[in-house]
Amino acid sequence: MANEISDTPSAEATSVDSSDLIISIKEMHKWFDDFHVLKDINLDVRRGERIVICGPSGSGKSTLIRCINRLEQHQKGTIIVDGTELTQDLKNIEIIRSEVGMVFQQFNLFPHLTVLENVALAPIWVRKMPRAEAEENAMKYLERVKIPEQASKYPGQLSGGQQQRVAIARSLCMSPRIMLFDEPTSALDPEMIKEVLDVMIELAESGMTMLVVTHEMGFATAVAHRVIFMDGGEIIEENTPQEFFTNPEHDRTKLFLSQILHH
Amino acid sequence: MDAPRDGACWAFIRGSFELFVYGWYPEPERWRVNLSFLLLVIAIFGVLKDNLPGKKYWLWFAVFFPFIAAWLLVGGFGLVPVGTQKIGGILLTIIVGVTGITFSLPLGILLALGRRSHLPVLRAVCVVFIEFIRGVPLITLLFVASTMLTYFLPPGSSFDLLMRVLIMVTIFAAAYIAEVVRGGLQGLSSGQYEAADALGLTYWKAHRLIILPQALKISIPGIVNTFIGLYKDSVLVLIIGMMDILGLGRARLNDPLWLGLAPELYLFIALFFFLCCFSMARYSLGLEKKLRTGHKQ
Ligand SMILES: Nc1ncnc2c1ncn2[C@@H]1O[C@H](COP(=O)(O)OP(=O)(O)OP(=O)(O)O)[C@@H](O)[C@H]1O
Ligand SMILES: [Mg+2]
Repeated sequence: MANEISDTPSAEATSVDSSDLIISIKEMHKWFDDFHVLKDINLDVRRGERIVICGPSGSGKSTLIRCINRLEQHQKGTIIVDGTELTQDLKNIEIIRSEVGMVFQQFNLFPHLTVLENVALAPIWVRKMPRAEAEENAMKYLERVKIPEQASKYPGQLSGGQQQRVAIARSLCMSPRIMLFDEPTSALDPEMIKEVLDVMIELAESGMTMLVVTHEMGFATAVAHRVIFMDGGEIIEENTPQEFFTNPEHDRTKLFLSQILHH
Repeated sequence: MDAPRDGACWAFIRGSFELFVYGWYPEPERWRVNLSFLLLVIAIFGVLKDNLPGKKYWLWFAVFFPFIAAWLLVGGFGLVPVGTQKIGGILLTIIVGVTGITFSLPLGILLALGRRSHLPVLRAVCVVFIEFIRGVPLITLLFVASTMLTYFLPPGSSFDLLMRVLIMVTIFAAAYIAEVVRGGLQGLSSGQYEAADALGLTYWKAHRLIILPQALKISIPGIVNTFIGLYKDSVLVLIIGMMDILGLGRARLNDPLWLGLAPELYLFIALFFFLCCFSMARYSLGLEKKLRTGHKQ
């Protein structure tokens, strides 16, 4: 895995073939009423690339990745996901959402459905897969996140770590091209963080394109190609994890790193 | 019946029972009323009973039941027509109650969703409708139904009074249901909407599969409360001259033969309403319990 990382050139170093770009964000701005939350965001993500986004609370990390599947709407600039531009067009949005998986800090499982129903729901209703096939498929993904034995339980009967793994399986079941993670381990007790990170690392090894908002430096160093640091709605710095953590350029990055290291 | 009043005299109720149940529905056609009651019981059974084989068909039957019953009771299409002014007593009470309950729930849900819509015009229409209906006493709406509504209809057309009353009772209850359901919708975390959206579910699929099952579960006590209120308020139709069980009973008391039997009459009517409403309340409690054990949060 270390090999894989050092083999991968950083995005800026090579001029990338645009057909290889799976996400392309250009001069994107977003406001919440008159609060300018994202300022001139430019970000290209190549197929198979894994990016970790970090930054202080309120810097706009969640808002940025939520713009990618249009849970939030941007007001200026362009966002192109897998060749489709995000506009008002509802059809485009539904297509993109079915190809972009998202994992939330609070899991957001559906509490009135069993684990198996949670995972099989979208393939049945969005992909129109026959129920039996969808459930068989769902079991495969539950095995992949190592909780097939919980299939018939309700989310409320699981631990936080188990719930988050179900949430990951639920997204993977749609065979997404991109996975977005918004602080997937922040709501977990320390002893459960590892079981979730292990699943994410395995996913990374399978070549999934991933954008992960997290402060888990170990995870970033192990799997990320690039680390992006945000502050005040702007991308301040981006670099390989090694450079980013050992040799940050900006003062704000240094300050931020010293704060998370001292925790 | 000339017996001294030292005990209750139930002969009164027995003697008028047919009138209380059927109103003035013509005797040779009463089998249609009986059949409608039977189908009602079957429809309710099909909706409420779990794990019925072919549950889907039971539900479809329940959806069509109001229309089948309307045809049976009013006639036409091969049955002898019976004027709706002949309908009275318990039959009328149940028609008003069942129609109000079955149609106000879907209408109320749509109004609640409309009120939360992102489309400004739709939202405004729903807000005005809900607030207007809630701000007017039901009696006033019934008077509107019995008098003013004809002004809005093309001249010469007659629109059945019972039908007008049913529409008014339904929209009145729907406005209340809408607010109860809106409360339930607000009880859901935004994460549920986001997770449904993020999976690519459309608005209607997200609501049908994720949002409404949870919101309605939270709203059960309020919904059943509204239903019970609606059922009891159905007696207000007597003010515009329709003879439900209470109206008929009071008219009967004017008969010199039955003079002074008011206590028995009112006890009987109270018992009838109590049994109906109490079963609704019990069922709702049972339903809440069942849904709770299904998945603790
Ligand atoms: N729906 C909203 N309406 C108005 N302001 C919002 C909304 N959502 C977020 N904000 C504001 O936008 C800013 C960026 O929020 P965002 O959630 O993207 O930050 P974040 O970097 O993810 O922070 P955290 O680490 O706390 O999750 C914050 O100041 C927040 O208060
Ligand atoms: Mg956040």
